[in-house]
Amino acid sequence: MTLPLLEVKGLRASAGDKEILRGIDLTVYPGEVHAVMGPNGSGKSTLAQAIAGHPAYQVTAGEILYQGQDLLDMEPEERAQAGVFLAFQYPVEIPGVSNAYFLRAAYNEIQKARGLEEVDSMDFLDLLEEKLKIVEWGPEIMSRAVNSGFSGGEKKRNEILQMAVLQPRLAVLDETDSGLDIDALRIVAGGVNALRRPDNATVLVTHYQRLLNYIVPDHVHVLSAGRIVKSGGKELALELEERGYEWLEDEALAS
Amino acid sequence: MSPATLQEIEMQNAGTTAELPDWLEPVCRAARERFRATGFPTSRDEEWRFTPVGPIAKASWRPAPPAAAVTQDQLKEFEFGHPDWNTLVFVNGSYREELSRGFTIPGVRVISLAEALRANETVLQSHLGRHAPIEASPFAALNTATMRDGGFIHVAAGTELLRPLHLLFVATPEAAGSVVHPRNLIVVERGARAAVVESYVTLSPDSSYWTNPVTEVSLGGNAWLEHTRIQREGERAYHTGLTHVDQQRDSHYRSFSLAMGGAIARHNLHARLNDENVETLLYGLYLARREQLVDNHTVIYHDHPNCRSWEVYKGVLDGRSRAVFNGKVFVKPEAQKTDAKQTNRNLLLSDGARVDTKPQLEIFADDVKCTHGATVGQLDDIALFYSRSRGIPSAEAQRLLTYAFAAEVIAEVSLEPVRNELERLLRERLEAR
Repeated sequence: MTLPLLEVKGLRASAGDKEILRGIDLTVYPGEVHAVMGPNGSGKSTLAQAIAGHPAYQVTAGEILYQGQDLLDMEPEERAQAGVFLAFQYPVEIPGVSNAYFLRAAYNEIQKARGLEEVDSMDFLDLLEEKLKIVEWGPEIMSRAVNSGFSGGEKKRNEILQMAVLQPRLAVLDETDSGLDIDALRIVAGGVNALRRPDNATVLVTHYQRLLNYIVPDHVHVLSAGRIVKSGGKELALELEERGYEWLEDEALAS
Repeated sequence: MSPATLQEIEMQNAGTTAELPDWLEPVCRAARERFRATGFPTSRDEEWRFTPVGPIAKASWRPAPPAAAVTQDQLKEFEFGHPDWNTLVFVNGSYREELSRGFTIPGVRVISLAEALRANETVLQSHLGRHAPIEASPFAALNTATMRDGGFIHVAAGTELLRPLHLLFVATPEAAGSVVHPRNLIVVERGARAAVVESYVTLSPDSSYWTNPVTEVSLGGNAWLEHTRIQREGERAYHTGLTHVDQQRDSHYRSFSLAMGGAIARHNLHARLNDENVETLLYGLYLARREQLVDNHTVIYHDHPNCRSWEVYKGVLDGRSRAVFNGKVFVKPEAQKTDAKQTNRNLLLSDGARVDTKPQLEIFADDVKCTHGATVGQLDDIALFYSRSRGIPSAEAQRLLTYAFAAEVIAEVSLEPVRNELERLLRERLEAR
């Protein structure tokens, strides 16, 4: 029997004294793609950030298990080293650090944690060549400072490039589609699809159904006011596109 | 005021008066009287409010010791991998010919000040003691009163230097308890181009000694100078320095100043823009830790129209260290179309560190563009989390972001071997955390 990659159980989380997640249950198996949808303020991003270990959110109840390990007990870097990756909604600019240096540092830390050999900058460039193709980029992007002066679309592509290089088991993409034009969306989605394997899984956090035309989810969950109010197959996303979120919120209130 | 120090001035001067040219004697005498009148500064003095010099003023300092044994090998780490650069080496303040490297370059004089004084070079008379005013600081007056040796660089009109010239001041264990007053003069004549590196280093990191240098720089019309100053004294040492720059029409001065040594380290950098269309770029980086105090005071005198000054100083503070930054920009009424920008950014790595930063713009012309900005902050939490979320451990992420902050200003050094060395020093300092 296959074991779940991720199990979120009864998760409650707050930012300061404001409770945002009010009991989330979510189970993700290897090979699956889950879409977490919901209106603004429903807690989608908080869920993504809590999985990655953002210090601004305090988990007050429940647990997150990753390959059976207690994720909440791990530092953000330990989670990354174990194979968890969060593509940020707003990727951070780091002036003064080249994309190549940053990504190689991250890659080598993860290699080290897995007991694998670190690579020097020449070998890393070879390794990058393949990965850059996935996001349709040339090597010149690597000498620019991390996300510094990047357009919104470039920042999202850079997240996908990082994901391609770091090869996570569990990738959480937080609104990776927001603010993308159709070409960028195609490249980003193409990258995610290219990286799908039977032993990894993807959680897409998104507001719109648009991304799901390119990345077909196995499961769709709708978040409202910090709870999953409905789960279903890919057809649920289409229904949401048609009917909006209100009927679900009403349904949730009624129950 | 410490009577011991005054006695030493008298003593040192008594020993060297014979070598002083007639024209210089009154300059030194005026400086001696000036220092006698002011004494050491106190915290009541606005210019020294945050930098108490009691440990310097109260101690009794010996004159610099005589020759100490130093080998070429020991100096290797300070020469940027370039034994082919013209280098004047001073050990505990005195010129050491056997350690120096003087290559003949047409149009260029690179000799010790002591030698230049003995030869009574005519250039000296129009420049030495003519640029740096003894009123600039009591320490500058003390230096002028006691000047004996240092570097003398003269680049004749129209000469373009391909390689940097290096003035290297080394303290040895024998320097413990002593003071030196290096005096440098750099004259770049009309249309000439040069790069000068001025280093203060130690072979005895735990010794307490005091270096009190003054460097005068004169740039002729359309002259160009890149001046890199590297202060790597021991962390128990004291350093009080003044650099004064006089610039003529169309000249370009680019300075980079690193300060990472000294228990108390103060550097005054004053640039006077004496004519139109002058460009002055001042970059600086200071790294302080433990109980260090590092103080940079800069002054830019915009006396004429159509000049541009650009200043960026950055600081990284750790432990219980202190930094002081004071940046003055004076714009005279006739200095229309002045373009002046000043930035001072500080990164605090610990709760115990502290910065006093004060931009001070005094603008008397109305058609100018003058801006300034000062920040004091910590590492960006979001950038830290972002790095950690990629697998980079917290301590490593802090180092990476600190490095990026500081390296941005090092990137302004255009001499690649020097830039590489500065980056290495920065990495080494961060790895020692």
